[in-house]
Amino acid sequence: MKLSFIKRKQRAAPDPARRALVLLGAQVAVMGTLAWRMRQLQVVESEQYLTMAEDNRINVQILAPARGRIFDRYGEPLADNRQNYRIQIVREQTEAPEETVRRLGDLIALSDETRERVLKEMASKSGFVPVVVAEHLDWKDFALVNANAPALSGVQPEVGLTRYYPEAEALAHVVGYVAAVTEEEIARDDTRDPLLTIPDFKIGKNGIEREAEAHLRGSAGARRIEVNAVGRVIRELDRDDGDAGADLNLTIDLGLQRFAMERVIGQSVSATVIDVETGDVVAMASAPGFDPNSFVFGISHSEWGALTSDKLRPLTNKTISDLYPPGSTFKMLVALAGLETGAISPHEKVFCNGRYKLGTRYFHCWRRGGHGHVNMREGIQHSCDVYFYDIAKRIGIDAIAETAFKFGLGEAGPLEIPNIKNGLVPTKDWKKANRDESWQVGDTLNTGIGQGFLLTTPLQLAVMASRIASGKRVQPRLIRAIGGVEVTPAPAEDLGVRPENLAVVRDGMNLVSNNRRGTAYRARIEEPTMHMAGKTGTAQVRRITTAERATGVIKNKDLPWEQRDHALFVAYAPVDKPKYAISVVVEHGGGGSTAAAPIARDILLRALYGEEPPLTAYPPEQRGLIEEERLQRALQLQAMEAEQASLNGAEGVRIWSASDIAAPPRPNPRPFDGRLAGGREG
Amino acid sequence: MTDFSTIPGERLSLFGKLLRINWPVTLLIAAIACVGFVTLYSVAGGGFDPWAKRQMIRFGVGFAGMIVAAMIDIRYWRMAAAPFYILSIGLLIAVEFMGSIGMGAQRWIDLGPVQLQPSEVMKISLVMALARYYDWLDPGKVNRPLWVALALLLIAVPAALVLKQPDLGTAILLGAGGATVMFLAGLSWWYFVTMGAAAVGAVSAVFASRGTEWQLLKDYQFRRIETFLDPSTDPLGAGYHITQSKIAFGSGGLTGRGFMQGTQSQLNFLPEKHTDFIFTTLAEEFGYFGTMSLLMLYALVIVFCVFSVVAMKRRFNSLMAGGLTMTFFLLFSINMAMVTGLAPVVGVPLPLVSYGGSSLMVLLFSFGLIQSAYVHRHPPR
Repeated sequence: MKLSFIKRKQRAAPDPARRALVLLGAQVAVMGTLAWRMRQLQVVESEQYLTMAEDNRINVQILAPARGRIFDRYGEPLADNRQNYRIQIVREQTEAPEETVRRLGDLIALSDETRERVLKEMASKSGFVPVVVAEHLDWKDFALVNANAPALSGVQPEVGLTRYYPEAEALAHVVGYVAAVTEEEIARDDTRDPLLTIPDFKIGKNGIEREAEAHLRGSAGARRIEVNAVGRVIRELDRDDGDAGADLNLTIDLGLQRFAMERVIGQSVSATVIDVETGDVVAMASAPGFDPNSFVFGISHSEWGALTSDKLRPLTNKTISDLYPPGSTFKMLVALAGLETGAISPHEKVFCNGRYKLGTRYFHCWRRGGHGHVNMREGIQHSCDVYFYDIAKRIGIDAIAETAFKFGLGEAGPLEIPNIKNGLVPTKDWKKANRDESWQVGDTLNTGIGQGFLLTTPLQLAVMASRIASGKRVQPRLIRAIGGVEVTPAPAEDLGVRPENLAVVRDGMNLVSNNRRGTAYRARIEEPTMHMAGKTGTAQVRRITTAERATGVIKNKDLPWEQRDHALFVAYAPVDKPKYAISVVVEHGGGGSTAAAPIARDILLRALYGEEPPLTAYPPEQRGLIEEERLQRALQLQAMEAEQASLNGAEGVRIWSASDIAAPPRPNPRPFDGRLAGGREG
Repeated sequence: MTDFSTIPGERLSLFGKLLRINWPVTLLIAAIACVGFVTLYSVAGGGFDPWAKRQMIRFGVGFAGMIVAAMIDIRYWRMAAAPFYILSIGLLIAVEFMGSIGMGAQRWIDLGPVQLQPSEVMKISLVMALARYYDWLDPGKVNRPLWVALALLLIAVPAALVLKQPDLGTAILLGAGGATVMFLAGLSWWYFVTMGAAAVGAVSAVFASRGTEWQLLKDYQFRRIETFLDPSTDPLGAGYHITQSKIAFGSGGLTGRGFMQGTQSQLNFLPEKHTDFIFTTLAEEFGYFGTMSLLMLYALVIVFCVFSVVAMKRRFNSLMAGGLTMTFFLLFSINMAMVTGLAPVVGVPLPLVSYGGSSLMVLLFSFGLIQSAYVHRHPPR
């Protein structure tokens, strides 16, 4: 037995016990490795992983600050932040989504499409993602849902801030509007403002909203939130609300602006009123306007189509973006250039027989029979074309252009609004460079009466009028105060035009309005302390052929609207101590004296009185008519308001009484909750 | 050694058998399971539902089963080895046809209240069958190529079936368990050197097969291996699991972030935090002290089991117990290596701790077998 055991052991495989111990050695070695690895991760590199874990769980959310509000010069709101009452549903908090939506539909009006969209969104999105059911509710609806919240599981009433323009049409062009930032705008942004990463963040797209974006936007706040792996917010760790944007006060006088817009209802008009001392643009009306509120949440196709196809072009700010030949309103500058160069004296008479011969060509005066012998004051008063052909030929285009530039034409200027056009003051160099033709004397003559290549914006004409009135280099401005701090404009420097020469031109303008034979006498101001000095202008839209001139120029009223002349008028008042300057351009309005001058007169009167002027300010024979016009306008406005009210009044059937619900809280500039920005790291 | 199958076994009273149970191992198992309950309670956000309570019930049942298995005479287990093996093969083939889909692979047989995972059972059956085989085989013939080939066939058939499911983790475990029994049976070192070389060749072949018609692994398995080798290449995709696991593991630090305070697991950054990645949750919340303690518990189980194997005087007993011990060792070490980023994510749960019904039952049953081998370690006089 013993022998066989030894013998067997010699040729048999090793005992399992020994091999088991060998394996144990290997197992201990493996476990040692595991222990080493755990030490590596949890002791040596632990800090690094702790940081990564924190990065995982903590998300930084960008908070949008309240955008700065925009007020008129007296503090009337023009762009405000309105509380946006919103209803959302969180699927995982509601027991029966369909039932909840149905119950919600009993409280507030929900269209079938909305119901369908909400149910679809709820089905497709994660359970914790709130689905927006309704936005921009009025306070009554919102309070109704709030009051019934206990019966509506998963329904979240929420308050955000949205931009609102209470003045709608009156100031659309000046204030502009905000809309969601686009990819290109984000790419163009050098400041890398984190606010732009918020989905649907709204930035200024036009007008002051765009120009003063840097002041209005404010700086981003942030909150650190704990999130889980799928991004659900677990809790807020801390928050910094950021800084609200600065409020702006414009130079605009809302009352005057409204009056100007209402005065020209139904016409395509631009009217600009400038304070001649400060350069404050107190009114900048481009009619018709549009409702900027439509743009904030994306404009509908039909609305956009209606706006773009309107021949009155409501979307264009005509005061700065449209160019018109100044026509006769330019003649003051030609006269001044003539006086300054010494080419003519105020008393020198020029004979007008109705046309001016240059070589073999004739240049016509607007009055077929001519004006006879006219001096400078009479030239302006009657707007005699031949008189200005003569001066223009004497002094040449360079002297005219120099004066034009001095009075603010041909350049955009520093006004705080985008899309300002430069206009065009033609020179010899300009024609060579742009048309590759040499300058002709005929070009000079055309420029002399404000036609030809010369192009100006209505704003430039208003600036021109204010510089004539003050003799100073008045710079227009729109922003009066930023964040409650007044912006003090640099005092306007002297234009360097001899005062006696300016006085002659002003005399001429006074005669235009206040001389019985002046071109704008009908549209005068009767009140002696507020007399207006002005100048009519008519800009041809079509070319008058020789044949037509021979048979008699067709009257504007016989032409289709598109071919009628533009009517222009520039003025300032009071004559003795100028306060406001104005320019009015009525597109296809016909003659400046009949279409534009009365508008300018009415607006100036409204500006000077600060309220509806007494009828005694008007010429006695027009008072009846003015009164009637006022009544008509009032009726028209009433009708419009009634129409608006009936549109708003279309409300759904209510089951719950809302009579005892309190008034809405004052909107306070609280940053709305931005959505998640930036991805998870790690 | 004489064949004792025909000799009546040693007479022991039931009480005597209970006394001879390897109690240290039994207590260690219970301790490890308790660690599991605590962690499952935590990953449920501080609740016995849905995991901790059910795990406790299953453990209770399995624990009783283990004691019962330990009481049964080893001769019956020895007799059952071959039928078990054949039955398991049959079940593996059956899941190919009627198994339901779970986690993208066919692994389960639905038996009403119990879901049976034949590959789990196979781990035990294979070790038993090989132990029985080498117990029957004349030790002098162990190294003869024909008999080696037969043993390899016994391993290869189930391994291939499992791989087909596909379940790479279990296939590796089967291969390793079988190799362990062969090693314990006294197979020459040279065979292992040769097999190691063959394994390298096989792995190369597997990788070479990628993209061809006879691709051996599913695409997701290839991706798992790739991202294991360099997780940073795909931090939010397939590498997400490894990266997040390492973050959670490391952030635990020395003492952990506190019970139920692990942000990675509580905020769901961890994948499969109640099953394959439960060790990471433990690491995050209890830190280095926690992980080392659990590792020590496992190490003690291994040490006590190996010493019990050494004490076994019957060849079948020591071969089976040694093989099962190795299987247990591989389970927890592969899982730990996996969650710490030392091994690819192959889907091996942490034994006794991870939530899972059939794997826990099978595991406790295998401990029952080890206990039975220990209780009946002496050959009958």
